[in-house]
Amino acid sequence: MNWLLYLVTIIFLAYSYIMDKSKTKKSLMKAWKAFEKILPELLVVIIMVGLLMAILDPDLIIKVIGDDSGWLGVVLASIVGAVTLIPGFIAFPTADLLLQGGAGYMQIGAFVSTLMMVGIVTIPVEVKYFGGKITVYRNLMAYAFSYIVAYAISLVVSLV
Amino acid sequence: MIKTAMRYRWFILSMMVMGLVTIADRGLGSRAIDTTIMTLGEMLFIIPPIFVLLGLLDTWVPKDTMVKYMGEGSGLKGILLAFFIGSAAAGPLYGAFPVAAVFMRKGVKFSNILIFIGAWSTTKIPMFLFELSALGAPFAITRLLVNIPGIIIIAYLLNAIVSREEVETMYLNAERLSD
Repeated sequence: MNWLLYLVTIIFLAYSYIMDKSKTKKSLMKAWKAFEKILPELLVVIIMVGLLMAILDPDLIIKVIGDDSGWLGVVLASIVGAVTLIPGFIAFPTADLLLQGGAGYMQIGAFVSTLMMVGIVTIPVEVKYFGGKITVYRNLMAYAFSYIVAYAISLVVSLV
Repeated sequence: MIKTAMRYRWFILSMMVMGLVTIADRGLGSRAIDTTIMTLGEMLFIIPPIFVLLGLLDTWVPKDTMVKYMGEGSGLKGILLAFFIGSAAAGPLYGAFPVAAVFMRKGVKFSNILIFIGAWSTTKIPMFLFELSALGAPFAITRLLVNIPGIIIIAYLLNAIVSREEVETMYLNAERLSD
C-alpha cells in the first residue's frame, strides 16, 4: 500500500520536473529543510519507542486486557495504546491475535483507538508544530473519545 | 557545530540512556535497539515521499487556491477536503504535522487543519481496508462511523478553546518551520 505513495510522489515529481526544473529544485530544497528541522525530535521519538516496546511484555498485555478484565482492562488497554507507537500493518494482526487469545472487544477497541489517535511518545513532534496547549487537549480529548469508540464496538459486536 | 549539538541534545541524551540500559540489561537493551532500528527503517521508508509531496505542494499550489478551497469561508467543501486529504494519507501521525505546517502557511482554516489531523490519525483509507480484513466488518465499520463525527467534534472543541492570538502564533511558527 505504501508503494502507492511512492508511485504518486514519483508521478508528481516527474511532472513538476518537466514543467519547471528550478521550481522542482526549490520543492526538494523545501522538503529537505522541513525534514531537517524536525529530525532531532523524530530521532528522540524512535529511541523512546524502542525502549518502551522492549519494556512492555506481550504476555503481560494479553493477561491484563482479557475478556473478563472489565473496565480496568479497558483502562489498561487504552493506556498501552496511548503510549505505544505500532504501525497498522503490525497492530491489526496483533489485535486479531489478542482477540483470539481471549481479549475482549471493548478492550481491543480501546487499544486500537488510542493507538491511532493518542500519541504520548510523539508529543515532542506535535508540540513543535502546535504548541503545548493544543497538543495536550487534543491527546486528552482523543483519549476520552476512545472510550466511546470502545463501548460502541462492544455494543455492535454483541448485537451481530 | 555547538548549535547543532544543542538541537540534538535530547537525541544525544536518549542515546546515552539507551547505552546505559544496554549495559545494565543486555537482553532488554538489544530488544530496544532492534525495535529502534525497525522504527527507523519504517520512518526512512515513509517520510521521504511525504516531505517531497509537501515541498511540491508548497511551491506549486498558490496560497489563494488553498484559501479558496480550505480557508475561511470554504464551508462544507473545506471540511470534506480536509477529511479526504487526511484519509488518503499514508504513514504514522507524526508525518501529518509537517503537512499541517504547510497548510498553515497556505492559509488553511485552523478547524480544517484539525479535521485533517483527526482524519490522518484514524480514518486512513489504506488502514481501514486492512482493519476490515484483520478485525472484521462490525469492528472496522463501527469505528469508522463513530470516528467521523468524533473527529469533527474534537476539531471544533479544540478550535473553540484556542484564542485568535494563539492560532496566529502557531501560524507564524509554521512559517519558520517550513521555510
